[in-house]
Amino acid sequence: MSLELRNVTKQVGGEIHIFPTDLKLADDGFNILLGTTLAGKTTLMQLMAGLHSPTEGEVWFRGKNVTGVPVQKRNVSMVYQQFINYPNFDVYENIASPLRVAGMSDPVIKQRVHAVSDLLRLSPMLHRRPSELSGGQQQRTALARALVKDADLVLLDEPLANLDFKLREELRDELPKLLSGRDCTVVYATTEPSEALLLGGHTAAVEKGRVVQFGSTGSVYRDPDNFSSAAIFSEPPINRLALQKEGERLIAPSGDKWPLPSALAGAADGRYILALRPHNVTIARRHESDVPLAGQVVVTEISGSESVIHFEVLGTTWVSQSHGVHRLAVGSIGNFFADLGQALLFEPDGKRVKGGA
Amino acid sequence: MAKVTLENLAHTYFNRADGAAEWAVKRVNLEWADGGAFALLGPSGCGKTTLLNIMSGLVHPTHGRILFGERDVTGLSPEERNIAQVFQFPVVYDTMSVYDNIAFPLRNRGMAESEIATRVAEIAELTELTPMLKQRAAGLTADGKQKISLARGLVRPDVNLVMFDEPLTVIDPHLKWVLRSKLRELHQRVGTTMIYVTHDQTEALTFADQVVVMNAGEVVQIGTPVELFERPQHTFVGHFIGSPGMNVLPTEIDNGKAVFAGLPVEVANPLSGSADGKLELGVRPEFVSFGTDGIPATITSVADAGRYRIVDTQASGHRIKLLVDEGEAIPAQDTYLRFDPGQTRLYRDGWLATEGVAR
Repeated sequence: MSLELRNVTKQVGGEIHIFPTDLKLADDGFNILLGTTLAGKTTLMQLMAGLHSPTEGEVWFRGKNVTGVPVQKRNVSMVYQQFINYPNFDVYENIASPLRVAGMSDPVIKQRVHAVSDLLRLSPMLHRRPSELSGGQQQRTALARALVKDADLVLLDEPLANLDFKLREELRDELPKLLSGRDCTVVYATTEPSEALLLGGHTAAVEKGRVVQFGSTGSVYRDPDNFSSAAIFSEPPINRLALQKEGERLIAPSGDKWPLPSALAGAADGRYILALRPHNVTIARRHESDVPLAGQVVVTEISGSESVIHFEVLGTTWVSQSHGVHRLAVGSIGNFFADLGQALLFEPDGKRVKGGA
Repeated sequence: MAKVTLENLAHTYFNRADGAAEWAVKRVNLEWADGGAFALLGPSGCGKTTLLNIMSGLVHPTHGRILFGERDVTGLSPEERNIAQVFQFPVVYDTMSVYDNIAFPLRNRGMAESEIATRVAEIAELTELTPMLKQRAAGLTADGKQKISLARGLVRPDVNLVMFDEPLTVIDPHLKWVLRSKLRELHQRVGTTMIYVTHDQTEALTFADQVVVMNAGEVVQIGTPVELFERPQHTFVGHFIGSPGMNVLPTEIDNGKAVFAGLPVEVANPLSGSADGKLELGVRPEFVSFGTDGIPATITSVADAGRYRIVDTQASGHRIKLLVDEGEAIPAQDTYLRFDPGQTRLYRDGWLATEGVAR
């Protein structure tokens, strides 16, 4: 039994920051809060930690109602996006600080600090001040302080956002290993879909103060309940098109008619929103059933191994993501192929229509 | 507009009495062609910001010269260099309207109001600021404000160079895509030389035609995104570019063949001369696949990245990663690995050992 929000809301002034939310976190692995800036991730964490009390509803932890119990009385660790360390303490004292507050003896403190600093590869710099460390080392110090005290609840609020790309990659790889086998609930906020996927565990997709879906990370990505959840989990942005389903056909606003993909069979006729991730819209035709789309290229972005091309089609802008390098000139007409077999279909209000239902 | 040349540039912030110095920039020779889109990419502390400040005139180099076209500008102040800069955090005059913010650099240079109106309208259209021209800048969101900074950086028609210093760091990932696309589109339309400084490989590779990779005060490779990806000149580039980075494995030469885990490995650049120095094999996770024979390996973990999975393996005590597309099978724990011979290269002391067969 882990952390649970029961019908929790948060209002500040007249403004609703969190709409009524029920959320039961997983015991094992990471619980990821995924959403854009200001979606409500940090507020949710503050409610979980007891930094703020909910306006309504209850917070339960390990079978106990902890609503209104302040953070000082809970065994909680937090790490923020901005590295927070005591500038006048060296790394050792920074890591030791929560243990000193807890009144532990020096030998115990020494043993614990050394164990965690070995894990985070901080041992060679225990006697440096934070100002003498790189950003990555400063954030490792903050992480070490969060991990040293065996908290029941560890809250990580975009801890890698201010780090260099490669360091981020390295720590993203290490963090789940560092926390596995500990008896604690881990919550991790991020704005990046790829980070959520690679960290695994469970994900709560958060949008405008609401948890729009919670489940295992892979299932939220592959099987979204609603359009918001699909959009939050797509980078580059997911392609969207409002269209009409009639019998065995989909009718685009342009009048184009496409055969109904088998995954969408069984849906009633009517208006729908079709969504397709950019990697399902490619320059090379991959299936006989792929739908050709031609559109004016708005921009071409090339990474080493992939090309991302934004193009105007069907009265909107779509994004295609293909293997290899394809330099299409801005303003030229590009030919793309959409694999509608991978499309997701939603009701006009955003509710997912599950294929074959 | 002009070509920019950096000639034998070196810089140190500490001049020690004993003559020894710590070089922030060791020795850089570079030419940025007129009208190009460039990125300067490297980890924190690699010297890229020092180099940027030398180009803008904020730092005077210890050695070397900077030329704009044929003109030596090493001794000129930032104002005299006629460049535009966009910084990490938006610099916006809150009390002014969006229009006045964008017009500011033009008014400073005494451009006629009628001409300013045309120019601002044009840039506002490109940066999608037209509907808010009359609004006060104070009311805009972070990305709105950064758009103003971008517009102001691009509004002057006569600048030699526009430099961007990590301009998207503070922007939400969902908006980053939009602004990054915008920036590349703007370059394609405006045609001014642009230099984009970042530690983020994705931003560098998507923005630039040519990327300059720096490490420890030195340029380690200049190349197109494809060159950096497919033919890293140094194991640092192989590691730094690509996510995850290139696998780098120890090797030795036996009978002219590279050997890993006791098995010969075919490489794109076989060594003809001596086998001195520290020899390593470099192969990207994209170019490793499972096989029914090859290098014996054990799968240690699989991370789901959505479109593909990152598979971690151990082979002969070394970690080898590979990428497997969504929907493709991953074998049981014990398996064999194959390296694509055309994309496996030999490195000596970190650098590509020989050029090998041109591909």
